[in-house]
Amino acid sequence: MGATRLQTKAKPEICKESIPMPKQSVEERTRNFNEVALGYTKEQAVAEAKRCLQCPQPKCMEGCPVEIDIPSFIKSVSEFKFDEAIKKIKEKNSLPAICGRVCPQEEQCQENCVLGKVGDPISIGRLERFAADCEMTKGKDIPNTKASTGKKVAVIGAGPAGLTAAADLAKLGHRVFVFEALHKPGGVLVYGIPEFRLPKKIVEAEADYIKRLGVTIKPNALIGRAFTIPELLKKGFDAVFIGTGAGLPRFLGIPGENLSGIYSANEFLIRVNLMKSYAFPEYDTPIRIGKKVVVIGAGNVAMDSARSALRLGAEKVYIVYRRSRKEMPARVEEIENAEEEGIVFKLLTNPIRFFGDEKGWVKQMECIKMKLGEPDKSGRRRPIPIEGSEFLMDVDTAIIAIGRTPNPIIQLTTKGLRATKWGTIVVDEKTEKTSLEGVYAGGDIVTGEATVISAMGAGKSAARAIHEYIMKK
Amino acid sequence: MYKIVAIQTLAPQTKLIIVHAPEVAEKAQAGQFVILRVDERGERIPLTLVDWKPKNGTIVLIFQEVGVSTKKLGSLNVNEELFDVVGPLGNPSDIKYYGTAVVIGGGVGIAPCLPIATALQKVGNEVISILGARNEKLLILEEEMKRVSTKVHISTDDGSKGHKGFVSDILKSLIEKGNSIDVVYAIGPSVMMRAVAEVTRSHKIKTIVSLNPIMVDGMGMCGACRVSVGGKVKFACVDGPEFDAHQVDFDQLIKRQQAFIAEENLALEHIEKHGGN
Ligand SMILES: Cc1cc2nc3c(=O)[nH]c(=O)nc-3n(C[C@H](O)[C@H](O)[C@H](O)COP(=O)(O)OP(=O)(O)OC[C@H]3O[C@@H](n4cnc5c(N)ncnc54)[C@H](O)[C@@H]3O)c2cc1C
Ligand SMILES: Cc1cc2nc3c(=O)[nH]c(=O)nc-3n(C[C@H](O)[C@H](O)[C@H](O)COP(=O)(O)OP(=O)(O)OC[C@H]3O[C@@H](n4cnc5c(N)ncnc54)[C@H](O)[C@@H]3O)c2cc1C
Ligand code: SF4
Ligand code: SF4
Ligand code: FES
Repeated sequence: MGATRLQTKAKPEICKESIPMPKQSVEERTRNFNEVALGYTKEQAVAEAKRCLQCPQPKCMEGCPVEIDIPSFIKSVSEFKFDEAIKKIKEKNSLPAICGRVCPQEEQCQENCVLGKVGDPISIGRLERFAADCEMTKGKDIPNTKASTGKKVAVIGAGPAGLTAAADLAKLGHRVFVFEALHKPGGVLVYGIPEFRLPKKIVEAEADYIKRLGVTIKPNALIGRAFTIPELLKKGFDAVFIGTGAGLPRFLGIPGENLSGIYSANEFLIRVNLMKSYAFPEYDTPIRIGKKVVVIGAGNVAMDSARSALRLGAEKVYIVYRRSRKEMPARVEEIENAEEEGIVFKLLTNPIRFFGDEKGWVKQMECIKMKLGEPDKSGRRRPIPIEGSEFLMDVDTAIIAIGRTPNPIIQLTTKGLRATKWGTIVVDEKTEKTSLEGVYAGGDIVTGEATVISAMGAGKSAARAIHEYIMKK
Repeated sequence: MYKIVAIQTLAPQTKLIIVHAPEVAEKAQAGQFVILRVDERGERIPLTLVDWKPKNGTIVLIFQEVGVSTKKLGSLNVNEELFDVVGPLGNPSDIKYYGTAVVIGGGVGIAPCLPIATALQKVGNEVISILGARNEKLLILEEEMKRVSTKVHISTDDGSKGHKGFVSDILKSLIEKGNSIDVVYAIGPSVMMRAVAEVTRSHKIKTIVSLNPIMVDGMGMCGACRVSVGGKVKFACVDGPEFDAHQVDFDQLIKRQQAFIAEENLALEHIEKHGGN
């Protein structure tokens, strides 16, 4: 563990190693759905915060899409002023307990931290999580909001993009209604990312905070079917923000894919997370997992599916991916966690068909070996099948985690709303304004699958633009 | 939130429920459905909208008690509330003037036929109905269907009422007798819909079925409801639930509907042991 000394006024001494965060042991955690990473203690957090150099021109901030004043909040932590730390963070980020857990920090704030050049960067995400968790265990604050403007905004979708836009608009004094199609707010945070990576009570607490800002969240409201956007505008909303995300699962399009026992990662994760089928039959939604599970794909969604399957009692879980390790899109931390837990990686392997038993349940998967060719448009080397290398794998459950495309209902039911041929909504880059007057959009629905924090960033800039627009109106 | 205004037994294991859900009532159209959860631990289950009254803010659902969720639903009392109701979901039926429409309902599938038959009649179609059930006691909505049809034919598996046999037999004889039929709507068990499709296929009569695969979200995000239609994968919740019967792969649908039988039985045993919660 990195030793820290109290720093005197003299030139700060650089401490190269970050304080590791305690985790549940592998034996324990593969048998429960509790959070794997346990979070810093006060002492650990203060020690880590003290490593920060308090750079006058902090590079770290350039990497944060929501512009958190990172050195200030870290300074507060280092001085045991945890309330001040969280206040500072919440000036910019309404969902810190979430971002501290799932932001790809290694590619954002932490990648830019100057300490990274000589050793470990500051664990900014862990400190953010610490400050947020501290506040949560302490109780509720009453956030400050501006006087009411008398303006009304509709937000569609209660994922990170929608919740952030709603929080920022409420802080500015507008009345905000969030319409969410599912029965709970959170978007992917509740239906996708598993409990062991992001406990649902944290998402609930963050959603509660947003409600305390005065935002009304209306679950069970599928916009496009229940009301359309023109109807919302007619009903007296001054502006609309669309944050409906990318939830339409992509399939492989190979024979046998509709056999029972083959799930999209979304179906599998919705059953397990949102409907809590890991607690079946206490909860009513079933899931069936056999002994051998294959997950196709190698992004975060694939890792989450594989690790969930393991916790549900599968004996062997495979990740099947057509490129090599280097091209795997998941966060390094998640790949390591998966490996530690015993997930087997079958790389340079592509499924070509499924075979079922007489009841239509999947039984085998035929694969072909791949090799890497020249780089394609994405810059990654293109996988090419090796002729004659086909082989069979026995499987009881297959989970397809090869990506998701934008939810289509709004685009299909809103005349004049411009969308691309991939289904994403077209917006002005700066203001997130769509082709319709008073209608803004952001998050995965605009960019395609991205990250929690980029969706929040989009929610933020949209809130700014919406504020300007309605105050002029 | 979603208060139960009335609940009534129509037939053994078949109940009608009136629920306060004003936003659904305001927008509902024939052919659409809702997804509901009975309680906090409940599963999301789809049920077709049978009727709706925007003025009262109420909707009518009819369901058969087949497993845990529908049994829990059936055990509720007036003034109790459902945890969640979302809708209307799915595409509305393509209601227009066809000429003569034959509407075929099997079992609890008669319920979703009622709003469709009503709407078809309203725009000037001649509606002939064929209602089927296992026996006379299980036959529902006969009077209501009579009101919107010029003729109602009935079949029961055991012959306790009407023709002894299947709805598809009656359809076949209607066609053979030379009745001109412009469209057929069939809703019921998948085997029934498949049988109807086989009867109309060679006569090239446009036939529409409303599919009921297992669903989870009902808004296009999970793919549990995927069905093969004309060799393409469709999501019944957003692309349907109605499809051209002659294009549907019923064998696959039937197999997928049975995917969780073992778990469903386990859940039933569990509530029998531990009660509703
Ligand atoms: C399993 C999984 C793991 C992930 N892990 C990470 C990670 O570790 N780190 C990270 O940064 N990102 C991760 N991501 C990606 C990240 O979750 C998304 O980029 C982010 O949630 C996008 O936010 P959003 O608000 O745009 O959309 P979403 O989170 O998708 O929310 C959209 C919401 O809109 C609702 N909605 C859709 N249509 C309608 C409608 N018509 N009317 C009303 N409501 C509607 C949906 O129900 C949903 O609640 C992961 C994604 C998945 C699936
Ligand atoms: C769009 C749509 C509309 C529907 N409308 C109605 C309706 O108006 N009235 C009605 O009674 N039912 C309707 N259903 C079927 C209803 O949703 C199921 O009966 C219900 O989900 C069963 O839940 P359960 O927990 O009670 O039974 P489970 O324990 O889940 O299942 C018990 C038995 O029912 C079968 N089953 C499960 N799901 C379905 C399904 N989706 N369709 C057919 N059989 C199934 C199982 O194979 C099993 O044999 C509809 C289904 C869909 C997809
Ligand atoms: S929100 Fe994300 S990018 Fe910004 S400081 Fe926190 S962890 Fe880093
Ligand atoms: S760049 Fe690193 S060391 Fe400098 S202020 Fe940011 S976190 Fe602290
Ligand atoms: S029920 Fe989930 S996509 Fe249709």
